[in-house]
Amino acid sequence: MRHTISLFVDNESGVLSRVAGLFSARGFNIESLNVAETLDPDTSRITLVTTGDDFIIEQVIKRFNNMVNVIWVDDLTEETRVEREMILLRVEAKEKTRAEILRMADIFRAKVVDVGLETYTLELTGDKEKVNAFMELLEPMGIKEIARTGTVAMKRDTKNSNTGDSQ
Amino acid sequence: MARMIGAEMFFETLIDEGIDVIFGIPGGYVLKVYDVMPKFTDRIKHVLTRHEQGATHMADGYARASGKPGVVLCTSGPAATNTVTGIATAQMDSSPIVVFTGQVPLPYLGSDAFQEADHIGITRPCTKHNYLVRKAIDLPKTMKEAFYIASSGRPSPVLVDMPKDVILGEDELIIPDEISLRGYNPPTKGDPKQIKKAVDMILKSKRPIIFGGGGIIHANATAELIEFAHRLEIPVTSTLMGLGAYPQDDPLYVHMLGMHGSYAANMAVHSSDLVISIGARFDDRATGGNFEEFSPNAEIIHIDIDPSTIDKNIVVHCPIIGHAKEVLKQLLEALPSKIDFDRSKWRRQINEWDKKHPMSYNQTEDKILTSFAIDTLSKITDDDAIIVSDVGQHQMWVAQFYKFNYPRTHITSGGLGTMGFGFPAGMGAKFACPDKQVVCVCGDGSFQMNMQELATAVEHKMDLKIMLLNNGHHGMVRQWQTMFFEGNYSASRFGVLPDFVMLAQSFGATGLRVDRPDQLEATLKEGLSTEGVVLMEIMVDCEELVYPMIAPGGAMSDMILGVSDVA
Repeated sequence: MRHTISLFVDNESGVLSRVAGLFSARGFNIESLNVAETLDPDTSRITLVTTGDDFIIEQVIKRFNNMVNVIWVDDLTEETRVEREMILLRVEAKEKTRAEILRMADIFRAKVVDVGLETYTLELTGDKEKVNAFMELLEPMGIKEIARTGTVAMKRDTKNSNTGDSQ
Repeated sequence: MARMIGAEMFFETLIDEGIDVIFGIPGGYVLKVYDVMPKFTDRIKHVLTRHEQGATHMADGYARASGKPGVVLCTSGPAATNTVTGIATAQMDSSPIVVFTGQVPLPYLGSDAFQEADHIGITRPCTKHNYLVRKAIDLPKTMKEAFYIASSGRPSPVLVDMPKDVILGEDELIIPDEISLRGYNPPTKGDPKQIKKAVDMILKSKRPIIFGGGGIIHANATAELIEFAHRLEIPVTSTLMGLGAYPQDDPLYVHMLGMHGSYAANMAVHSSDLVISIGARFDDRATGGNFEEFSPNAEIIHIDIDPSTIDKNIVVHCPIIGHAKEVLKQLLEALPSKIDFDRSKWRRQINEWDKKHPMSYNQTEDKILTSFAIDTLSKITDDDAIIVSDVGQHQMWVAQFYKFNYPRTHITSGGLGTMGFGFPAGMGAKFACPDKQVVCVCGDGSFQMNMQELATAVEHKMDLKIMLLNNGHHGMVRQWQTMFFEGNYSASRFGVLPDFVMLAQSFGATGLRVDRPDQLEATLKEGLSTEGVVLMEIMVDCEELVYPMIAPGGAMSDMILGVSDVA
């Protein structure tokens, strides 16, 4: 099963290897991983997406809890949560397709962040499904390169659940 | 505030921490540490080992015998990588050691400088935590944290990497009084709800058994365990690592469980309706590895300080996360004042199993059996002698035939199974307990893996005895080849062995040899009563096999009891 795990860790060198090491030691692949500072500059937040046996993921989470540099860990998989990812996507933009690409970008609320003679570079934010759908639609035009941030996630504020967050 | 360099802070902090002995070897980047050391040797003894692996096992043996962290000091690169086997050994058996390594100066990190290795990267998976120190002023605080992490919670190794510029850096000495780490809060007391649930399970059980592990020893919980077992009349069995945690003379004791455990213990666990595991982790050598068929009719209470051991191999009904001593106290307090139980049938059943297939051997006049040699040793050593075994057949016979009545008297590499551990670990134990009788029991194979430390032992005029059981083979390998590989003895026999008696003598130690059963006891007595380092070489039968045995992956009720059971 696919798991989205959120970790608060000490913002110092080597912590990421410790976290990643628990996966490599079990032969697990990490699908995506995102690390950045939180409001507290001494703390980083890691959002990690992986697929694997629930039992083993539970063991890995217990091991995270044992780590001196891990302050707090939460498996968001079963939680009501907001998940987003950003993608930068360079697509071939020929005479015939330029208008079509812009129309699609408009429907998906993607932004054009760079324009070349024969390419557009688009920026899109959304959940994984939206990003994948966007890529599928642009595929026939010729996607030349992508860069994805990987998922970032937060538990929903249950008091205001599902409000003010339409895509 | 006193100003000093990192090298001096290193010793000041060790003294503050109460460390009285360190094991190490000087070299490149720690030379300044060794340069200032003579100022501190009135308070800290340095043991110059002959190999860093030896130093690490000594620190480990010291920690296991004393309960205090063992300390290693060495330089970078090959010295640091030499410590890795010792660190992994200590981690698998939850032994608190702190390893200090020198490192290239910070600006050269990652440049493939001479004797550079990534100590932090290499030891990350085998330490509880490790540190790269970046400023001299941080060194004392980092060291205090390292000792705190190593010795609290589930004890484990910690490594502190000290670049040369940190060692040479001058600053004020600031040793913190208290350590607090926001991501590290080791558990102490168990959850009261779980305690209550456990008590209910215990009161309703008809056939309970205590599955005691090394955690009881780490937690110094022997007294509480005895009280708990006696109050409820619950039989107590032990894993390899738990030997000594409960007195074997006690009538409730059922001798060791597991792959080479007793018939009675394995049958009792298999037939029990309540397994109370304390400080054990249900590893494959303790359970036979057939986790599905483990104790099929039992509910399981699992008391452990490490939450990650819960449900790892065996799914349990009542986990209690906490320190074994604290949890046992809580359980004792939660018991009703009057309890009705009748264990006579259950205890009679266990006694019958024990009588049916006791641990036994059949010594003839011909070749010495290792089992007989260990049994003899058990009869003639001090009641509280520390026996440090190596890894292999002899290790299992020590576990089966030596009577351990006190915690911290049985030391062995159980988890990692590191050959070469026994002799240096025995030296460490002797440094921790100089007034106790310490005997290292080694095989010819395992002794050869760290025999260079004979020089260290003689140099320190240690009163240390080595019982070397020579069967000319990697005995356990040979046993598996006999049982599971149709007797194809590939690479298990030594074509050449040193003359161990002369070898001991060449280091300035005493060497004795015996090959006749009727002379064994006299030779052992002579060796044990001779001052100094004494190596007693016992020539033993290479064909003796360790029984009973649960074949790998088997269930606990499925034991091979002797030669006739081998198809």
